This record gives sequence, C-alpha cells and structure tokens, in this order.
Amino acid sequence: MRLRVGNNAVETLLQRYRNLSVLVVVVLAQLIYLGYQVRTNRDERLIRVWAVTAVAPMAGIVEGIRRNTIGFLEDYFILLDVREQNRKLKRDNDQLRMENVYYRNQLTTAEHARALTLFQAQSPSKTVAARVIGNSTVATAKAVFIDRGSTSAIEKGMAVVTPEGIVGKVIAVYPLVSQVLLVTDPVFKVGVESQEGHVHGVLSCGAGKCAVEEIQNEEKVDLREWFYTSGEDRVFPRGFPVGTAVSVQPGQGMKDVRLNLSGAPGGVGEVLVVLHGVHQEIPAAPVATEEAATMMTPPPAEKADQQTPAAKPQTQADKILEQYQKVGEAEGHVYGGLGSNMPNFNVKPGSVTKQAGATGPSGATGTSGATTVAAKAPAGATGTTTATSTTTSSTGTVLGARTGAKLPSDASATKPSAEATASRPVLPLGAPRRKKDTATQTPPRTDTTTANPNEPQL
Amino acid sequence: MTHEAGMNEISDEIVAQGTRESWFDRFQVLGLIALTLVAIVGKFYLPRLIPSAQWLELPLLLTVYFGLMRGSQLAALLFGAFVGLAEDSLSPANLPIGMYGITKTLVGYFAASVGVSFDVERGFIRFVLALFFYVFHAFFYWIMRRALLAQMVPFDVQDTLVHGGLNALVAIPLFALLDRMKLSGS
Repeated sequence: MRLRVGNNAVETLLQRYRNLSVLVVVVLAQLIYLGYQVRTNRDERLIRVWAVTAVAPMAGIVEGIRRNTIGFLEDYFILLDVREQNRKLKRDNDQLRMENVYYRNQLTTAEHARALTLFQAQSPSKTVAARVIGNSTVATAKAVFIDRGSTSAIEKGMAVVTPEGIVGKVIAVYPLVSQVLLVTDPVFKVGVESQEGHVHGVLSCGAGKCAVEEIQNEEKVDLREWFYTSGEDRVFPRGFPVGTAVSVQPGQGMKDVRLNLSGAPGGVGEVLVVLHGVHQEIPAAPVATEEAATMMTPPPAEKADQQTPAAKPQTQADKILEQYQKVGEAEGHVYGGLGSNMPNFNVKPGSVTKQAGATGPSGATGTSGATTVAAKAPAGATGTTTATSTTTSSTGTVLGARTGAKLPSDASATKPSAEATASRPVLPLGAPRRKKDTATQTPPRTDTTTANPNEPQL
Repeated sequence: MTHEAGMNEISDEIVAQGTRESWFDRFQVLGLIALTLVAIVGKFYLPRLIPSAQWLELPLLLTVYFGLMRGSQLAALLFGAFVGLAEDSLSPANLPIGMYGITKTLVGYFAASVGVSFDVERGFIRFVLALFFYVFHAFFYWIMRRALLAQMVPFDVQDTLVHGGLNALVAIPLFALLDRMKLSGS
C-alpha cells in the first residue's frame, strides 16, 4: 500500500515536473559526458569528424559560390572603378589639352597684340586694333568681319593693316562690326611703289596671285625688291609694306611683276584699322617686325684623326690595301690621279720608305685652310640682327695633280701631315670618281668643320 | 442518402485536412532542421566571409525563437540541446562537446517558459528577450568555462551588451520572417 502511494507520488511528480525533469536529465547527461571528456582528456573525434564531414561540403559549395560570384562582383566593382578612373583621367586629359590649346592661342594672341602695340607706337598714323571675327559668306569675295564698328570711329574706306603688311579696306561699317575687303580680292586695287627705283604701279590680285601692273618695261625692278604703298589710292597711307617681287619679267608693253604679299591678309587674326593715316617716306629697308632669332655658336670642330679613327686591317684584302697605300705614299703616287706615275708594287714598303725618306717628301701635298666669309645681310632685312657666317674650306690635297705641281698661293700655306693623308680613304683603281668642285677648289675633307668623315675623298 | 453523402464529404475533408497538417508539420520540422543547419554553417562560415559578423548568433536566435513561439519547454530544450551539440561538434577541439549543448538547452527551456508568460508577438518583447537570452547565454557559457574547464577567459560586459543589442536588432526581422514561414509549429 505504501509502495503504491510512493509510486503514485513519483508519477505525479514526474508528470507535474516532466519538462523540468527532462531538462535536468538532459543537462546532467551532457554534464556527465562533458565531465567524461575532461576527465579522460579525450576528444570525441568521431562526432567532430561527422560534423565537419557534413558541414565541409556545404562550406566548400559556399566557398565556390563566393569565389565565383563574390570574386566576380569584386572584380566587377574593381573594374568599374578602373573604368571610372579611366574616364576621369580622359576627362582631365581632354581638359588639359583644351587649356593647352587655349593658352597657346592666348600666347599667340598676346605676341601678336604686342607686335600690334609696337607697331601702333612706332607708326605715326592713328590706328585702332580690331579682331577678325568672321568671314564673308560669299566664297569668291575675299572679305572678313572685324569686331570694331562705327562706335569705334570706324568709317568706310579706312585702310586695314598689320605690322607685316596691308590687309584691306573697310567697305561696310556697322555699329559693332565692320566688313573689310581684303587686298586679295580680285576687284581690289592698291597703289604701290618700289623701294629702290621708286617705280609706281598698281597691285592687283586675282586667281590667287598678286601682280604689280602698270610698270613700263623700261622701269627697273629687281628681284626680291620691296614694294610699299604709294598713297595714291587714297586708302593706304604712303610707306606701308606690301610685299616683295618674286618674279620680274618683261611683258608686252608692261612688266610682269609678281608680288608676294607680306601681310598674309587671309590668315590674320588681329588687324589695325587706320583711323587717320600719315604718309611716310619709303624706308630704305622694311621695318623689322620680328626679333632676330638668337642662334648658338656652332660646336667646336673635332680633329680629323678623331673623326676617322684608324681601323685595323681585318681581312687579307685590307692588308693588301694597306700595303698598296704605303707603296703609294712612298712613291708619291695618288691612286686615280691623272699624270701620276705607275708605282712599283714589287718593292717592299719598308725599303721604299727608306728610299723615300732619303729623297725627302715629294708626295702630293696640299694646304688646308679656311676662310670665313660674312655674308652681307639682305637689304630688305634692315633691323634684323641676323647675320650669317659661313665657313668655307680652301683647297687641301689636290688629288690627281702631278707630283710637285704648283699649288695655289692660298693653298700652299700649310701642308698636310702624312698622318692626315694616311687617314683618308683611298679608293681602289677603277672606282667611280667624283668631279672636283671647280668653284671652290676645296675638297670636302680638308675642312674639319664641315667635312663628312665618311665621304670618300678624290 | 443525401445525409450519408454529406457525412462522407465532411469526413473526407477532415481526413484531407489532417493529412495536410501532418504534411505541413513534417515539412516544418524539415524546414526547421534545414534552417538550423544553415544557421550553424553560417556561423561556421560567415566569420570567414565577413570578419565583422562574429557577433551574430543565429543558432541562439533560432533557439530563442523556437522556445518563445513553440511554448513547449520539452520541445524547446530538446531543440536547444540539438543546436548546442551541433555547434559543439564544430567548436575548437580544446572545448569539449556539451558546453553549448547545456547552455542552449537551458536557453530553450527558459525561452519556452518565458514565452508562455509574455506576449512574444510584440517586437519590443522580442528585442528584450533576445537581448536577455544572449547575455544569459554568454554569461552562462563563461561560467561553465571557468567552473568546468578552469579556463580563465575574460568576460567583457560592454561587448556582450553591444553584441546582444545587435543580435536583438537582428532578431526582430528574423523572427518576423520565421513567423511567415510558420516554422515554430505553434
């Protein structure tokens, strides 16, 4: 009876605290198992192996997905960033190029404006600067629009010039702009006058060429002679440069004088409108408008032996050539030269040298000198400080001359050394020869400043 | 005749409904197991993918959710034990199997006990309970390591609270998602 009551009480207790009982059982079981592991210091490898074996493939799949998707996305975003960077760099590059072009234009404009300012200050005529803003819509008519109009006191018929030359005349005036007929227009006529002979004519441009008409054949016009405005057209004041004569030929009654315009009216950007012209005298030479370019002095001349280093004979042919060269030097023979005696090739070079040394040098000798000729600046370049200095070499070794032939007086001042002579390449017999320059009588090798070391010497 | 036909229809419907519920129960169990495995694998793999996601305790949140929503202490403690032991099997070898098992068994049990007393449908309650069980889980685990394994590991209260808050924040949308899936079977 008591046992039944006890069993009922336990059952009731278990039923009442079933969940708690299960919790205690589960926790105790795990604690026992945990205590067992800690006490035995033994890892339950089997459970872990199962767990890892079950999870690892999933992790591998996830890793594969990550590698193929996340990696792709990462690469995509990286490439997207690179693409954006490229786009930005290209944009910056374009902007810098645009700025470069802008600054170049600004610089050119500033230089041109400076020239205009200088010209304005020098010219007695009252002028106003203007900028070409557009061309005429008619292709056959050579006209442009400038950004100055009646508000700038521009009037019809005013001359338009640049420091380099004439441009045209104003044919229409608007409040803010004006239209300028260029001198290259076929209907445009300008009275011109030559610089030296003061020959008067009429400039007329047609078919892309400008000519000075109305010049008698008896009048004297030199080639490259400057023409200036004569002031007779009542448009351009006297004394403005027009251009140079590039072709002067007698024609039927009138000379045919072709002119090269100095102003390039078709390509100007900034011009001067002559508000009040003042006639000037025709200058002896055109006013310089460009500063002379400063040129560096030429580099120091190198020595001849440095230019042609002696090469060692490499082949049998080189040795034979060297032997013949020595024989020729010893016997005073110049290969290829006219009138030179036939050398004796049977003689050994050593004995020949001794023999030659006993008799004294009798080889063909020449002189090497240089004269500096300062070319006179052209008349049309007054004010230009450019001066050209050309160095021309005088005669050196006169190849082909008779042994002991008398040399020109200026060429006999110095004698070339045997070393320098030996350094010159000697062409074999039968090789094509170049004709001697009769004008200067100077072989190119003698001048060390201008000679080409690789050029064969005759 | 008509009455018999009507009775047959009703009985067929009841049978079909029972079959459907049974199928759903089975499906829910399978889904819960699959989701648990995903959570464990996620804890196994997510820190490698996102190092800053080490604080995320999806298995614990699942255990809490199951305990709260299921309302069965027995089922919840068993579920907690299952999840904990599964985690233990993937834990470092210097930690014996059973540490997480015991902890999560207690969490499941207490979650189910609390779920009966509170309106666990409310987000705020869920947030507080998730935070509480996270702290309890961390603290109890720390106690066990010190008491059973004699491992003097520090217990950072601030980090625990911060991570608990983050997990509680994650728990709100996660529980809402699980509500739609009806994985609790309640």
